[in-house]
Amino acid sequence: MAQAKDKKEKMVQQTAPETAEKLDEKEYSILNLGPTHPATHGVFQNILKMDGEIIVDSEPTIGFIHRAFEKLSERRPYNQITPITDRLNYCSSPINNIGWHMTVEKLIDTKIPKRVQYMRIIIMELARIADHLVCNSVIGVDAGALTGFVYVFEEREKIYEIYESICGARLTTNIDRIGGFERDWSDVTWAKLRKFMKDFPAVLKEFEKLLVRNRIFMDRTIGAGPISADRALNYGFTGPNLRAAGVDYDVRVMNPYCSYEEFTFDIPVGTHGDTYDRFMVREHEIWASYSIIQQAIDKIDKMPEKDFHGNVPDFYLPPKEEVYNNMEALIYHFKIVMGETNIPKGEIYHAVEGANGELGFYLVSDGGRTPYRLHYRRPCFIYYQAYPEMIRGNMLSDAIVTLSSLNVIAGELDA
Amino acid sequence: MEDILPVIESKLRETFGDAIVSAEMSKDFPVFTIKKDKIIDVVKFLYDEPEMQFRFLTDLCGIHFPDNKGQELGVIYHLHNLRRNWRIRLRIFFALNDSVVPTLTTVFSTANWMERETYDFFGITFKGHPNMKRILNVDDLGGFPMLKEFPLEDPTRTDKNDSMFGR
Repeated sequence: MAQAKDKKEKMVQQTAPETAEKLDEKEYSILNLGPTHPATHGVFQNILKMDGEIIVDSEPTIGFIHRAFEKLSERRPYNQITPITDRLNYCSSPINNIGWHMTVEKLIDTKIPKRVQYMRIIIMELARIADHLVCNSVIGVDAGALTGFVYVFEEREKIYEIYESICGARLTTNIDRIGGFERDWSDVTWAKLRKFMKDFPAVLKEFEKLLVRNRIFMDRTIGAGPISADRALNYGFTGPNLRAAGVDYDVRVMNPYCSYEEFTFDIPVGTHGDTYDRFMVREHEIWASYSIIQQAIDKIDKMPEKDFHGNVPDFYLPPKEEVYNNMEALIYHFKIVMGETNIPKGEIYHAVEGANGELGFYLVSDGGRTPYRLHYRRPCFIYYQAYPEMIRGNMLSDAIVTLSSLNVIAGELDA
Repeated sequence: MEDILPVIESKLRETFGDAIVSAEMSKDFPVFTIKKDKIIDVVKFLYDEPEMQFRFLTDLCGIHFPDNKGQELGVIYHLHNLRRNWRIRLRIFFALNDSVVPTLTTVFSTANWMERETYDFFGITFKGHPNMKRILNVDDLGGFPMLKEFPLEDPTRTDKNDSMFGR
């Protein structure tokens, strides 16, 4: 009881003086939203100060699944860091994997064949579609519409089957290697991909029919948790959340990587930065991703070459038959497996457009076998701090849809 | 990308003179090392100056070089001019026992959690920060885990020996 009082007093101190004065007359209630409430979709807590159903203030607590990624990275060879990146935003692990590999490739100055780049784009855009599907359908769930969620999860399942046929894993994929793919995609993968491309538009159109012009859904989401473009920039928003606020910043266009400059796609932009805008921006981005995948498939179809990795023997494991019969391949194999490859000295920042925004890797190498320092710029971590400002004065139910529309993924938040 | 290093360097040197310790081009971005107490002025200048307009703080993180006596700790800022697509990196270095840095929350709201994270892992205190406390680790961790001397594993364990591979 005494503790609760302490907490209350503490919160009084943190609020602005004019609200603190009002507090003396009014009795506020403290509500714990999370850490294990189903509506938070992850392990994080919000201590809400409520006036009836209106949120007066909130204090987020994070770090419940902190796993010391940055410290771990300082003791691992570069190829062993990939599984760590899987666990950042686990709804779109391939983007994290490939982003990390491109960081290393940038540091060691490697040229990656075009075909590999297009294959990477296909995988990254599939991951973006999967991530946006989860986010958008979950906004529906939190607004009380479960149907759409179940419906698009079938398509997400098909995307996971494509991952599975490439790398064997589904959620934490560890897909891709430094230099390219571990093996060429099989006919099964291509068949699955083409089938997905054929079936997906109809499903997404039907999903949109359920929600986009749905009166109840619109009433619940329009005006919920808005943020202005100015505030969003000041808060370091990136990705769909920033674009919903009206800023057309997309890393794929601004600093193209992986030959994104060869593709034509739309960057949807919102106006109010509220939950509905975020939903719509993601919805349009799914279509943009779909068109990028189509373009990439067409490009690959026209290519005569069949390479699936670049020439980086220091990092890319040689095929087994060579390891057994060839001295050089054996040496490389040993060095990679034992983590004995040195990396040139350097300091580098590489960003990719993750499903949630600019996913950056700040890598400092002192010429050793492991990074000297690796900092992950996690978009979730950075924009989640705006949450109290976005829900202040809103209803509790608005706070829930705002949280799901921000797409805060606990793995990325806590790292 | 055009060569932006001389443009920014001349602007900064003109205004801040000695506070700019070094300016160089790294592999990707221009890097400026700045004296610690001037960092906020420099960022504010870069934010306001019509030709610069670095209005986006991409990243802020700490770094530890235990062998760099007198300059063991560092904070690294990544700024982005979204209009012209210029990215730069600012660095400050200072001694372990002098790890108080002025806060950037006065310019960027986003610096709030980034600075808390830096404090949490490196013990760098940001002066003027509204809520300077740990963010990801438990409050009674005792120590700052990203400092190089902080052990990755439980030091009492004897069943793991990596020494033969030079790690």
